[in-house]
Amino acid sequence: MKVTTPASAGTMESGDILIEIESIDQRAVEVVLKSSVANEFGKQIIATIRSAVEEFGLEYAVINAVDKGALDCTIRARVAAACQRATGTDGFDWGKRA
Amino acid sequence: MTRDQDFYAALTHLSKTAYVPGENKRLYDKDISPLKNRMARENKIVESLEKAVELSGLRNGMTISFHHHFRDGDHIVNMVMDTLARMGFRDLRLAPSSLSDVHAPLIQHIKNGVISHIETSGCRGALAKAVSQGLMDEPMVFRSHGGRAAAIEEDEIHIDVAFLGASSCDPFGNANGYSREGEEKSMCGSLGYARVDAQYADNVIVLTDNIVGYPNVPFGISQRLVDYIVCVDDVGDASKIMTGATRFSTNPHDLMIAETTSNVIVHSGYFYDGFSLQTGSGGASLAVTRFLREAMLEKNIHASFALGGITGAMVKLLEEGLVRRLLDVQSFDLDAAQSLKNNRFHQQIDANYYANPYRRGAAVNQLDVVVLSALEVDTSFNVNVLTGSDGVIRGAVGGHPDTAAGAALSVVVCPLMRGRMPSVRERVNTIVTPGDTVDVLVTDQGIAVNPKRPEVKERLEKAHLKVTSIEELAYRAERITGKPDLLPFGDKIVGVCTYRDGSVLDLIRNIT
Repeated sequence: MKVTTPASAGTMESGDILIEIESIDQRAVEVVLKSSVANEFGKQIIATIRSAVEEFGLEYAVINAVDKGALDCTIRARVAAACQRATGTDGFDWGKRA
Repeated sequence: MTRDQDFYAALTHLSKTAYVPGENKRLYDKDISPLKNRMARENKIVESLEKAVELSGLRNGMTISFHHHFRDGDHIVNMVMDTLARMGFRDLRLAPSSLSDVHAPLIQHIKNGVISHIETSGCRGALAKAVSQGLMDEPMVFRSHGGRAAAIEEDEIHIDVAFLGASSCDPFGNANGYSREGEEKSMCGSLGYARVDAQYADNVIVLTDNIVGYPNVPFGISQRLVDYIVCVDDVGDASKIMTGATRFSTNPHDLMIAETTSNVIVHSGYFYDGFSLQTGSGGASLAVTRFLREAMLEKNIHASFALGGITGAMVKLLEEGLVRRLLDVQSFDLDAAQSLKNNRFHQQIDANYYANPYRRGAAVNQLDVVVLSALEVDTSFNVNVLTGSDGVIRGAVGGHPDTAAGAALSVVVCPLMRGRMPSVRERVNTIVTPGDTVDVLVTDQGIAVNPKRPEVKERLEKAHLKVTSIEELAYRAERITGKPDLLPFGDKIVGVCTYRDGSVLDLIRNIT
């Protein structure tokens, strides 16, 4: 899937993460992370973002993430919302389990 | 008796000398001028800070001290250090009772060699970050309030010159953290930490923005201990020294922890008519006072005294008669400072009285219960209040280890996680209070009791409080947050965290 419009989800509040998605030409997903807990959880946060993007099916995207100590469940939710907005899809399977 | 030959013969026999008027130059000459003239003429006020420094005999390499009662509004430390730098001093050793955000300008003085060593209770902001990154050649030494008082008393820290800010001072040196006359420019309440410096420093310079009439009693610092007085424009920024009253948290996490903590105290076996307590100023530990008040009213229980950093919430209990006396080493808000000034049962105490680990009679040893906050707690109940989860210095030892060791029951409170950071974990970054002095941990997700205190655990379980093991709490936190990666510490030792007796508890390494 490709990005049709730049989109974002989340806030800069403590405990949240702001996810911004833009399009990219090559078939790749790039993640740029700024985090208040980068030293301790940076790798894990990037892995969580990648896995959430992959799960959504997005293949061409640059993701800018500004994290203020969000938990994995929050990160996944913000990524999913941003992906939907960026791709213009609106169907979300509420019955599906993560 | 007449001064005949027998008189002098007797004195020789007694190895004594006779009094001769004017002979002993150490005695003051009788001054017949009225007090109002003497106040203007013969007093300890010198015209400038430079002059006072000159008179004190300060030299390179000496130790100087400050107090932190003006907190983040303090102007004294930066003003004095700028002056000393201008005067060309080098290699000075600083022993302030604590440092805060406002002291970032010290970075330049360290770089320029004006300051070579610092001993303090805490450090925050840009200075703390720079120190964590390896700014200083010698590691910063951290001491508790009781540990500092003891080190000064035992001459491990020898203060050559103390620079002590005061909200009011009379011409002969009686100084206070409030003012009974004139305009109230700044107010900090108790001068508890400064009193130790005043007592043991070779030279004491009081800096004030409010000279008041003699005698400025009751005094925080006695005229007997003061050498010079310097009048300055302002000792601090009043709005940052004090808030009106420390506000109660409305954070539901804090309130939940506070309510549980109050229940823990009530059922701990230490809640009886005449018990004693101390609570900190952090969100949850402050709110404990409010919940405990309801329990005290309900069960008609009074506290004999409350100790420590005093807040408006404690003052309210004193005024309601629920607490009989306040012992105040540091006033946390304006309500506390006002009460110290006006209520004779609100007693100012110094850091030795508060928490000296050696002297019998330190008030911490008369505590039944202390409630303390924490940045991190590990599964051995060790507590960190000094370095953040990122390994950077950002707090203060304060009275944490003193009160934990002194109180019959020490209760540490903190949320299980802060954002993604687990507060309860396998190992804390820096041990500030050793786990064998910590009895109960209260989090928003359960209570853990130190296995050393099975009787307390039993009492809490009997009261149907949710007691679990500390390992279980740590596991629960990590399951939600994930396991943090190791921090990028370097090899350089930037901080030494000492226990109350000066022995080393932990080392802080630079963060790259």
